[in-house]
Amino acid sequence: MSAQTLADRGQRLYTAIRGNESWSIGDRIGVGLAWLAGIGLCLIAAGILGYMLVRGVQYLNVSEVFSSPQPGLDQSETGGFLDPIQGTLIVTILGTAIAAPIGVATAVWLTEYGKPRGLARAVESAVEIVAGTPSIVLAIFGLLVFQQGIFSWFSVTGEGATPLGRSFIIAGSLMALIALPLIVGSTREALYSIPRHVREASYALGKDRASTIRRVLLPASRRGIGTGVVLGMGRIVGDTAIVFILLGATLQFEPEGAVPGWDVLKGTGSTLTTYVYQNSPAGEGGSPEKAYAAAFVLLMIVLVLNFGINLITRERQSMWGR
Amino acid sequence: MLSAGLLVLIGFMIVFVFSKAWPSFANNGLAWFGPGGDVDTQLAEIFNSPAESKSYNYTIHVWPMLWSTMLITGGAVILATFISVLSAMFIVEFAPAPVRAVLQPAIRLLAAVPSVIYGLIGLLVIVPFVGNHVITTHQKESVQYVIQLGGSSLIVGIVVLTVMITPIMVAIITDALHSVPRTWTEGAKALGVNRWRALRTVGVRAARPAIVAAAVLATARALGEAIMLSMVAGSSAFAPNPLDGLVFFYEPARTIAATIVDNADGLSVKPFGQTLYAFAAVLLISSAFLSFAGWAARQAMSKYTLGAR
Amino acid sequence: MSGPGREEMRIREPLGVAAQLPPPVRRIRTEADPTVVPGPNGNGASQLATPAGAKLKRLPRPETVPVERMRTDELSIAYGSKLAVNSVSLNVRKGEVLALIGPSGCGKTTLLRSLNRLVDETPTVVRGGRILLDGESVDDFDATALRRRVGMLFQQPNPFPMSIFDNVGYGLRERGSKKPRRKALEPEVHDALHRAGLFEEVKDDLDHPALALSGGQQQRLCIARSLAVRPEVLLLDEPCSALDPISTAVIEETIVSLRSEIAIVIVTHNLQQAQRVADHVAFMYLGDLIEYGEVDQVFKAPIAERTREYVSGGFG
Repeated sequence: MSAQTLADRGQRLYTAIRGNESWSIGDRIGVGLAWLAGIGLCLIAAGILGYMLVRGVQYLNVSEVFSSPQPGLDQSETGGFLDPIQGTLIVTILGTAIAAPIGVATAVWLTEYGKPRGLARAVESAVEIVAGTPSIVLAIFGLLVFQQGIFSWFSVTGEGATPLGRSFIIAGSLMALIALPLIVGSTREALYSIPRHVREASYALGKDRASTIRRVLLPASRRGIGTGVVLGMGRIVGDTAIVFILLGATLQFEPEGAVPGWDVLKGTGSTLTTYVYQNSPAGEGGSPEKAYAAAFVLLMIVLVLNFGINLITRERQSMWGR
Repeated sequence: MLSAGLLVLIGFMIVFVFSKAWPSFANNGLAWFGPGGDVDTQLAEIFNSPAESKSYNYTIHVWPMLWSTMLITGGAVILATFISVLSAMFIVEFAPAPVRAVLQPAIRLLAAVPSVIYGLIGLLVIVPFVGNHVITTHQKESVQYVIQLGGSSLIVGIVVLTVMITPIMVAIITDALHSVPRTWTEGAKALGVNRWRALRTVGVRAARPAIVAAAVLATARALGEAIMLSMVAGSSAFAPNPLDGLVFFYEPARTIAATIVDNADGLSVKPFGQTLYAFAAVLLISSAFLSFAGWAARQAMSKYTLGAR
Repeated sequence: MSGPGREEMRIREPLGVAAQLPPPVRRIRTEADPTVVPGPNGNGASQLATPAGAKLKRLPRPETVPVERMRTDELSIAYGSKLAVNSVSLNVRKGEVLALIGPSGCGKTTLLRSLNRLVDETPTVVRGGRILLDGESVDDFDATALRRRVGMLFQQPNPFPMSIFDNVGYGLRERGSKKPRRKALEPEVHDALHRAGLFEEVKDDLDHPALALSGGQQQRLCIARSLAVRPEVLLLDEPCSALDPISTAVIEETIVSLRSEIAIVIVTHNLQQAQRVADHVAFMYLGDLIEYGEVDQVFKAPIAERTREYVSGGFG
């Protein structure tokens, strides 16, 4: 490296830092910060993923996935988290099963009918309000409603036959609320992207609106609906507040009543999210290893769900030949 | 039919929460919002109030919680706005293609991680780090008669919350920057203005409504974040004192939402439950107010983007 | 009059020779010419008859002494493998208006955008040959610095979403680290608006949003904005194609009045516009420079057959 090249490099570095007429120092700092922000986000994401991977692999025994939690003083006796996994599954299925039909129906009504205008706008606002309400508030509301006497057949009853307002059914119903806006949004988008001429062709063939919707539009918007449903499921799986308040804090299933099947739904239990919370120092538990293991499983489920969406949407070719 | 039912449900929710919350407000009047005493002790007293409905104890002054909520939510949103705008500019203009290809999924990953996992990592990694390596013993001693500094603190809450709300904002702002008409950025460049300046003065300016919308969305999310904050920012209803200097950032803080979570087991005790519903009511009003504020701000800004191509 | 042997006629003649020749004497023609049928203000389909005795309709203008400012030497530009401009050599002089004419897709816009290196923003572009500003290659400059000396106006008026004052002052504010205060900028902004012919109309409304102006006013605002940074060359990409006839007329007069201080290159589809404003005309077809000469000569006695066809409306 000759003295000349060194001098050149020094000169260029000097100009790069000091700025010239086209790029002032402020501008260069700005670009530097932009780089910092972008690379920083990448590093944080990598960090979180990496850390969870490391800890998960370190602490996860496959047996834990398949055994139920047991009360016990010694860590080695407290079993695994099969029940919480099942709990997550139940809550997700319940929530999605309730949210999907209502969501799709609402979206269809909003895009295809939408009269009277005032009602349509009110419904839109309502969906937006639900989307913006924190899940903790929804949880409290759920508790309020379901503690009324008429709902006692939904949940665990406490002393004096007053419903405690906690059960899988209740939690599942409220999970439906948080998945709803996502389903409505995706379905509406999918319906909007179907060009007018498709509808007009169907009407020209003599089909009325209801059967057009059923036979033509809904099948065509399957991808959008699917995306919305998976998004909703992702949100349900990751939610802790609703479960915490509405599902009680029992590690295992605590069925209620005598009807098989229904008793589990009426009873309390836990999901992966509350399991992680309980086992962390914030909850009762002093078993961070279990927390890491369960968190790892939870993260994997969420990632699979969310990146599954990419696969769905990537295959979306324009079917309308434009 | 079904949609109308939804509407009814929502209306119900609002009315219900307020009706249950009313006694707490009624008994305290405006002092409900004010300072005075330790919130935890007050909550405990409410919890222990005698069973006669006439002699329920409702006294509470929530100012420490309001202050904490404002600090944590405000701090996180301001920080996240800066980071999001910078990241969006990076993605749109400066990122080389391979970096961009990594960054998009990275942001989606950050958005997908459940709050409980953020809380877990925060609690098991960041909090001990801050408690043991960042806060000096001297700083701990300086406030030890008032509060214990253990690492669960304001700053950890703000930082983790920022990371949680940034991805949503980045997505919205990037979309907005992409849809700024090319003629504007070309016009700026043709005047002899460099890439950064052109993007900053024309692109960001044109994207202002989207930035406001993103900030409002992020604030709503931040307000409602209960689980992560209850794990990470401290479990006592302490109001961080700015007069403490740098230690201010290390003091614990608990927002309204986190308080609800921490005290959820006492819901069945009537006055306690009603106090908690009062907290929820405050959250509800704030969310509604935020939506309205965002809408109003966007209306005001539409003056300059009228007729934009 | 016109005919072979006249010094200013050239087809791909080495530029050195051309630059040494004395400028031609022009006569100002103002009377209406009975043999020219004024066509509508549309694109190229003119009914221009070109008998030897016809007079062109041109805007009145002061005498100037043209000085060379920019030059292209065998400039070629390709997008990927598609050649858009093929070995074009041209002269851009202060004191005159150069019009680039030709049918769509012939490369004139690409050529124009290469003069301020805006064409470099397209990722697949490849350039060959040289572009010189005052003798220095434009690649030696920082692109941003170059664009302060070579300004551009676009086909669609593109005022920024700001007030009128802020639009015109934009180029002046966004350079260097110190942001000049409004009072300091006022004289320059007012002057630029005067030169663009817009000041009288907006002087009381300088803080109103620029997007509230009409199309013609917006385009004049863009002219003022470009003028504020005091460029040496101004490139105009079909500036009037989106405007009504009155605005077009105003802008054409502005162009002619600016030409004594600034070298102007205008791309236009409208042959009558080219006649009205230009001093020199370059006709391009499919990337090649077919003919380059004085406006009288190219329109009334074109050398190349292609030029004759185009100029008489045979294709466009």
